[in-house]
This record gives sequence, C-alpha cells and structure tokens, in this order.
Amino acid sequence: MTTDESTVDTNGVHTIERQSLRTRLLTANTFWIGLVLLGLVIVFSVLAPDAFPTVFTAQTLLIETAVLLVLAVGMTFVIITGGIDLSVGSVLIFAGMVSAKTMEAMSPNGNALNAGWDVILVGLVVAIAGGTAWGFLNGFLIAVAKIPPLIVTLGTLGAALGAASLINNGSDIRTVPTELRNTLGYGTSFGGIPNLVLVAVVITAVAAWLLHTTRFGRHTYAVGSNAEAARRSGIGVTRHLTLVYLLTGLLAGVAGFMSLAYYGSTTISAHATDNLNAIAAVVMGGTSLFGGIGSVLGTVIGVFIPAVLKKGFNIVGVQDFWQMIAVGAVLIAAVWFDQQRRRARNRL
Amino acid sequence: MSEPILRLTGVNKSFGPVHVLHDVDFAVWPGEVTALVGDNGAGKSTLVKSVAGIHTADSGLIEFRGKPVTVHSPRDAADLGIEVVYQDLALADNLDIVQNMFLGRERGTPWLLDEASMEQAARETLASLSVRTVKSVRTPVSALSGGQRQTVAIAKAVLWDSNVVLLDEPTAALGVAQTRQVLDLVRRLAEQGIGVVLISHNMADVFEVADRIAVLYLGRMVAEVPTDEVTHSQVVELITAGRSGDLGLARPESAAI
Ligand SMILES: Nc1ncnc2c1ncn2[C@@H]1O[C@H](COP(=O)(O)OP(=O)(O)OP(=O)(O)O)[C@@H](O)[C@H]1O
Ligand SMILES: [Mg+2]
Repeated sequence: MTTDESTVDTNGVHTIERQSLRTRLLTANTFWIGLVLLGLVIVFSVLAPDAFPTVFTAQTLLIETAVLLVLAVGMTFVIITGGIDLSVGSVLIFAGMVSAKTMEAMSPNGNALNAGWDVILVGLVVAIAGGTAWGFLNGFLIAVAKIPPLIVTLGTLGAALGAASLINNGSDIRTVPTELRNTLGYGTSFGGIPNLVLVAVVITAVAAWLLHTTRFGRHTYAVGSNAEAARRSGIGVTRHLTLVYLLTGLLAGVAGFMSLAYYGSTTISAHATDNLNAIAAVVMGGTSLFGGIGSVLGTVIGVFIPAVLKKGFNIVGVQDFWQMIAVGAVLIAAVWFDQQRRRARNRL
Repeated sequence: MSEPILRLTGVNKSFGPVHVLHDVDFAVWPGEVTALVGDNGAGKSTLVKSVAGIHTADSGLIEFRGKPVTVHSPRDAADLGIEVVYQDLALADNLDIVQNMFLGRERGTPWLLDEASMEQAARETLASLSVRTVKSVRTPVSALSGGQRQTVAIAKAVLWDSNVVLLDEPTAALGVAQTRQVLDLVRRLAEQGIGVVLISHNMADVFEVADRIAVLYLGRMVAEVPTDEVTHSQVVELITAGRSGDLGLARPESAAI
C-alpha cells in the first residue's frame, strides 16, 4: 500500500484519519471474488444472450442455491472462529427427518399430505430444535470438552446421518404436506420472487447484521483471531463458541425444513457433499480458514460462483464435469490469494 | 497513611510440579507507582496474571480496598477497575485498533455497536499518548509495528476509569520518544490517584518513576522498599542474589534451584 493517508494539519500535528473506502475495497478479498462472479455473469450473458440473462434462469438459480446459502451462512460464523463444521449436511437430513416424522405422527393414518398449518408449524419447530440440538452437541464437545472441531463434526456427520436413517429404517419420507410444498416450496411473492429465496434472503440479511454490527459478531471475529486475547478481554470464549456451533446447527435445521418443502422428501442420499459445498463457498468468499476474517456478503458470492458456472455451462452446452473442475480451480485460487495477502501483511 | 488499594497476602501459585510463586505478599498503593522487578522467570508475569484473573492463585488472600475479593476471571478484575497491559500484549490481530481497544466492552447496545463513539474515544486516547505514526485507527493490528502494537495495548488499558493499572514491560519494544511518553503516562496515572504497577528490566526507568520497588527472586518477594531508601546496585543485587546487606533473604540461598 503506497497511499499515505496521514495528513499534517496546520499545526504540523499528524492526525489519524479514516481509511478511505477505496483502500478498504481494494484490500478486501470479497471485492475481487465479486468481480469474478460479475465476470462470469457477463461472459455467460454474452455467450447465450437469449437463455442466460432471463428471469427464469435467475429464478431457478436462486431457488437451487437457497438451501445451500442458509448452510453456508452458518458455516461462515464457524469458520471465522477458526473452526469447521462437517456435519451440516447430515444435520439438515436429520432435521428434515424428525420434522417429517412428527408431521406424519400428527396426521390421520400417518399421512401428512393434507396436513394444515398447525401441523406444519410444529414440523418447523421440530426441525429447528433437531438442528439446534446437534449444533449444541458440536459446540459442547468443541468448546467445553476441547476436542478439535474437525473430529467432533466428523463424528456427528456420521452420527446424525445414522440417527436420521434409524428414524424411518433408512428410507425417505415422502408425505410432505402439500400446503407446505405449495407455499414455501414452490410459491412466489412480490410478483415472482420464490418464497424459498425470500426466506434465504431474510436469513442471510439477519446473519449479516448479526456478524457485522452486533457484539456477538465482534466477539466471533475476536475468538477466531486470538482466543486468548478474547478471554483476557473478558469474553466468555467457551460460551461463545458453543453458541456459534449452536447457531450453525439451528440454520442447518431451517435448511432441512426448506429442503423438505422444496423436494417433498427427506432426500437422505442427496446431501453428502453439502458440507464441502458450504465450506467451499465460504472460503471462496474470502473467509479465512485460519479464522478472524470473513463476511456474509463474501459467502453469498461464494455460493453463487459454482451455481452460475453450473447453470452457465448447462446453457452453453459444456459438459457438467467442467463445472467441477472450474469450481475447484476458483477455490484453490481464492485460498492462494488469501495466503498471499497474509504474507504481504506479515512482511509489513 | 492511606491503605493499599490492592493487597496480596501469602499467594502461592504452581503450574503442575513447578512452584512459581511462594507465599508472595504484595501491595499496591493508590497514587503511587510500584515497580515490580526480578530476573527472567522470577514470576512477575504470573503474579500479574493472578491479579488479573487469568490464573487463579492456589492459596493466599487478595484484598481490594481492604475487603477480600475473588478474581476468577478477567471480567472480575475489570469490574474492580483493574487493567492490565500484558507482556505478550494479547491483541486480536485481525481486528482493528478501535475494535481491540474496546474488545469485550463495546459501546452501544449489544445489537448495534456505537462505532462512531468508540472510534472517537480511541483517537483521543491515542492522541493523548502522542501516537503519530498510526495512519488510521481502522488499521488492523497485524499491520502495526511492534512498538505501535504495544502502544495500542497500553491505550486499551488506560481507556477506562480504573483503580489499578498493571503494566508488564510496557516499554520493551518502544523507541526513545515513545518510552518517554509511557513513563510520563505512568506518572500521570498515579497522579490521578490510580495504583500503578510497572514491571521493567530497565533500572533507570524504575528509579525515575517508581515510588516503591518490589523485588521478586525465584518466586519469593524478597524486598518491598521505598525507592529513595535503596540504591541502583542494591536493587540489582536483590534481583540477582535475592539479598543485599540487611535487605532480602535472611540467609544466603544454597546453590540449588
Ligand atoms: N502457563 C504456564 N505453565 C507452566 N509454567 C509456567 C506458565 N507460566 C509461567 N510459567 C513458569 O513460571 C515461571 C515464572 O514465569 P513468569 O512469566 O511469571 O516470569 P517473569 O518474571 O515474568 O519473567 P520475564 O522477565 O522473562 O517476563 C517460569 O519458570 C515459567 O516457566
Ligand atoms: Mg514476564
């Protein structure tokens, strides 16, 4: 950085100035990865002007990313604390499973297809409670028992999936209330915005506010940056870490309910890579795996890069497999950028 | 004669088999600077951390304004108005200067922090420490030099209305002018009636600002004397040998450590 922003006032005294918006933008990883996303959108729009930049493409793109976005938003908090949560996909399935099972149990003949809102709301509460319970277990084992997050969540990854499978003998539940599917799953509001997307947007906005303007958010960065410093500053690090994993579990529970509404099934076998997709999105968005750095906006961008690549390649007629290669390359490049930035900073 | 604002009596602290503090008595007086000196590994930082709630003493009594208190967490210490500048600074690298200074005690509501007010206060505190080289209070601490980081740690401790300020080698990384600033600040804090503890290996600094000198030798408090009753060489002797004439340990220690 060569721009010198300290100025000398009339008395010859240096005053400490605000960092300019430009400086902050250019040093933020989010800015560059945002440009990458914008570039992708422009390229595909030019290559397929009739098919890519359309309302329909935008709608499907948004719907298909809504569930992953909710998972990735939770993952952002965890990774900023310097942790990881591999269990989110399994917790999502577990939450959907207990929710569907509860709604079945509350309906005549165990068929929840015609269930009303009373049953659906209970299903929502159960999904959230189920996700939160796994999140709390993760948090407790990591923060209180001090077992490494990778190990704990690798364990609960398997355990939550196993528990979910036990509930219905390993098969999916497909009697999801039609009312739920028609509203949250396929309904739209405000002239065409899918409800599923609205829910994801609201959750993302609330999470961004939580992370960037509240004390909870500030302490999340502090714990990831230097847990000992946080402790000495009077922050309850154990409690905070527990809450962060609990929050991620809660969001996985919500995602499970959204997935139920969208697919009309508990989709046991469809979420094996959700955890890695969420982690990839978060990291691509400029959140550092070392902790202490990250943003919700970055995660939003990180979720859309693979989605846009996939949709774009489909429309342009490139084989799907190229998307996997491209996403892998972007991911590695993003982390490489992050490391370069750290090195440059440490040289200061 | 006023009473000490903080008094430790018979404090012991071990880390596993390592007995670091032996029956330490130590007092901090309001409006005075007490220098805490001793060789590397004597237990100075451990003593400070026991007061700060980082470590809990195994036994012994801590009294604040004459009343026994328990300091089990940094929060407890902060509630008593005890502020600490740690030897390792304990700053969060990824957070900026303002965020570090107010960490754990942010202004505003829990749901909406008052950034403008914190930024203003941080600027003023830094200005009072004559920090001129920091470009912006929104610079992440990782981008600061060692001395600048140390100044931020000091600013973080003096930001509050405190009763006791403990500074663990606050000038170790500072240049001549900055050291001057910190020593002046130490005096200023004492003049405000705060009890100040300064840990330093620099005898010139100690003799310049301290009202009394406490010497730790291998985890034992061997002397606690007014500065004007001892000489440089006596203090050095106390630090290195644990005794000097009538001061310090009664008998020469055996060579075994
Ligand atoms: N957390 C800990 N675990 C184990 N031993 C420790 C711990 N902290 C300090 N010690 C030991 O306690 C002794 C005193 O350490 P302390 O840091 O208090 O010394 P000091 O007087 O501050 O020294 P210096 O002048 O080098 O800072 C040392 O022998 C050290 O190894
Ligand atoms: Mg020390």
